[in-house]
Amino acid sequence: MHGSGIAIWFFIGVLLVIYGAMILGYGLLEFATGSYPPLVQLTNLHTPIWWGGLLLLLGVFYVVKFRPGRAN
Amino acid sequence: MLASIPASIAAGSCHSIPALLAFSSAPLAHLRPLDIAVIAIYFGMVIWIGFYLKGRSNTSEEFFMAGREMTAWIAGLSFVSANLGSLELMGWAGSAYQYGILATHWYWVGAIPAMLFLGLVMMPFYYVCKTHSVPGYLSLRYGGHAGTVAAFSFATEMVLMSGVNMFAMAVVMKVVLGWDITFSILVSSIAVAAYVYLGGLRSAIFNEVLQFVLIWGGALLVPILGLYQAGGVSGLKHQIIANMQGIGVKPDTYFHLWRDTGHFADNPMGVHWTGIVLGLGFVISFGYWTTDFLVVQRVLAAHNLRAARMAPIIGSFFKMAVPFIVILPGLLGLVLLQNPDQSRRLLVGEDVVKSCTINEQSGVLNNSACATAMAAKTTLPAAYQAKVLSGAPDTELHSYNEALPLMMVRYMGPGLLGLGITALIAGFMSGMAGNVSAFSTVWTYDIYKALINKKGSDSHYVLVGRLSILVGVFVSILAAFLVMKMHGIMDYVQALFSIFVAPLLAVILFGMFWTRATKLAGFLGLLLGIVFSASLFMWVKFDPAALANIALSPDAKPMAENVFRALWAFLFAAIVIVVVSLFTKPRPVAELDGLVYGATILPKEDPVPFYKNVWLWAILAVVIFAVLNILFW
Repeated sequence: MHGSGIAIWFFIGVLLVIYGAMILGYGLLEFATGSYPPLVQLTNLHTPIWWGGLLLLLGVFYVVKFRPGRAN
Repeated sequence: MLASIPASIAAGSCHSIPALLAFSSAPLAHLRPLDIAVIAIYFGMVIWIGFYLKGRSNTSEEFFMAGREMTAWIAGLSFVSANLGSLELMGWAGSAYQYGILATHWYWVGAIPAMLFLGLVMMPFYYVCKTHSVPGYLSLRYGGHAGTVAAFSFATEMVLMSGVNMFAMAVVMKVVLGWDITFSILVSSIAVAAYVYLGGLRSAIFNEVLQFVLIWGGALLVPILGLYQAGGVSGLKHQIIANMQGIGVKPDTYFHLWRDTGHFADNPMGVHWTGIVLGLGFVISFGYWTTDFLVVQRVLAAHNLRAARMAPIIGSFFKMAVPFIVILPGLLGLVLLQNPDQSRRLLVGEDVVKSCTINEQSGVLNNSACATAMAAKTTLPAAYQAKVLSGAPDTELHSYNEALPLMMVRYMGPGLLGLGITALIAGFMSGMAGNVSAFSTVWTYDIYKALINKKGSDSHYVLVGRLSILVGVFVSILAAFLVMKMHGIMDYVQALFSIFVAPLLAVILFGMFWTRATKLAGFLGLLLGIVFSASLFMWVKFDPAALANIALSPDAKPMAENVFRALWAFLFAAIVIVVVSLFTKPRPVAELDGLVYGATILPKEDPVPFYKNVWLWAILAVVIFAVLNILFW
């Protein structure tokens, strides 16, 4: 976004942080309890952990880089 | 196929959505609280963005054109996102399941050349003349009549399409999640109305970029995990070839874009390369990507000419990548989807699903219709057909369009599934917001200001724009319920864009590149072109055998109709424009400054480092485009 105000990338970062934390948290819980959803394939890959972690990292990057006030 | 929104009319889609309302006995997925939370947070975020931007949408330039201060990246992502609806995702995943990577043509040759042409050649004219809309450009170039025809056509098409999409999305939510159709329509439309009403185009663009990221975040896991499970690309190829023996075409045709398009009968889509190149690659694609105000409006919001030219070029790179999350899941579905008894799940056409599902009203399965449909239109094993007919549990049939959600359910547990569903909802909302914001601009500038009240204040037009958003959403809801009650009208509504796009392209191209094109020629070219195109559509509608005449082959399939109809309509409109122009008096060249190539001195752009040069990135896009087509020849 050009001009003043909060960049769209900041909003995206916030959303990714929230989603990443939720999914990663669920993945860790799943891993700790060993309870996996029935019918879901490839649970041995622990997808929520690495995908949630990836979203969280990406979100943190955007939040920090585009936090309000920094760009200007 | 589902995808019959403008984007996929560009797709030449010819299947109907209502067939999906086949009263599916059980939803495909069940959401957990975590999934519901993911979806709720998304809705909260888009409304927050709307409220945040409300204070920055006070003038008409801010409200309708986002202040013309978008960067090339944001305009480019929004440009692609407005087209990337959820029906598009699901429809083309279903097409890939049916036709293989031939479906990719609608993402590559059916988009990339046109996007580059818009950025390199056409954008300067749109941008320099400072028009607010495509009908606005037509008014400047040809006078009010052509602009008025285009404005009414656009406005009508946009609200009706918005309603059709709304209904189609609600159907998807019913089939996938079991949600009530009215609930889905109201919740999603209220959310879109709220954030576009509050923040105007800026809010729509912000949310489109957000939605673009979500679509990738939600859908990317499917091809990654699917490829892992299929044993990589070679494993996928090997299994598809093994599974597709005896289908009437070479099994490896599923991996070839061009090789088998020399004859209609050689490929599962029943198309010919001439139709793909001329009808899809030129007329439909250029018509959609360079003249449809829904997408062009995003680029017009760029903060300078260079950004406006760069935006579609940036968008082209993302567009080339979309098949990874759309086409690949469809191909993976061919080999990975399983029935509850672990046998390979075969998806079928929506008509077969409908024939083989217990009717909600009568509570009865029509066994003979189901048996006939399965025998005639599927390759389901006889034993499985018998199971379906006996009404055994877990034997309900699923349509091609459900390939993507079925793949999502296969790999995504709580949280991730919510993200995937959010991606589908986000895709729908971005398309609807695009339609509504474009409608608001066309209504306010090209109808209200041009024909009703020419002397209103700036704040008055902003108010009209805001109210027209509410009206647009309301009419869309009415259209959605109308379609729900009268499925038969859906095909006609969906055809509106495809009927309109070819003559519009002819009028704009001649207007932009031929100083001799006259006002009357523009008006008649557009009007008669629309009539001609609609006539061809109705001809096939009432006499399906006419398809062979339009596509020039008895082996042509419905997918070929749109591309050839568009080609003939473009040629017809072009002939009208040329003939009428030669017999009428052209405008003085001096009046065409800023509107026509050859009569316009384009502003010189400030020098930029080589890596910011639009031509460099366009050439890179062309190279990647060429390599991809050769690679999958």
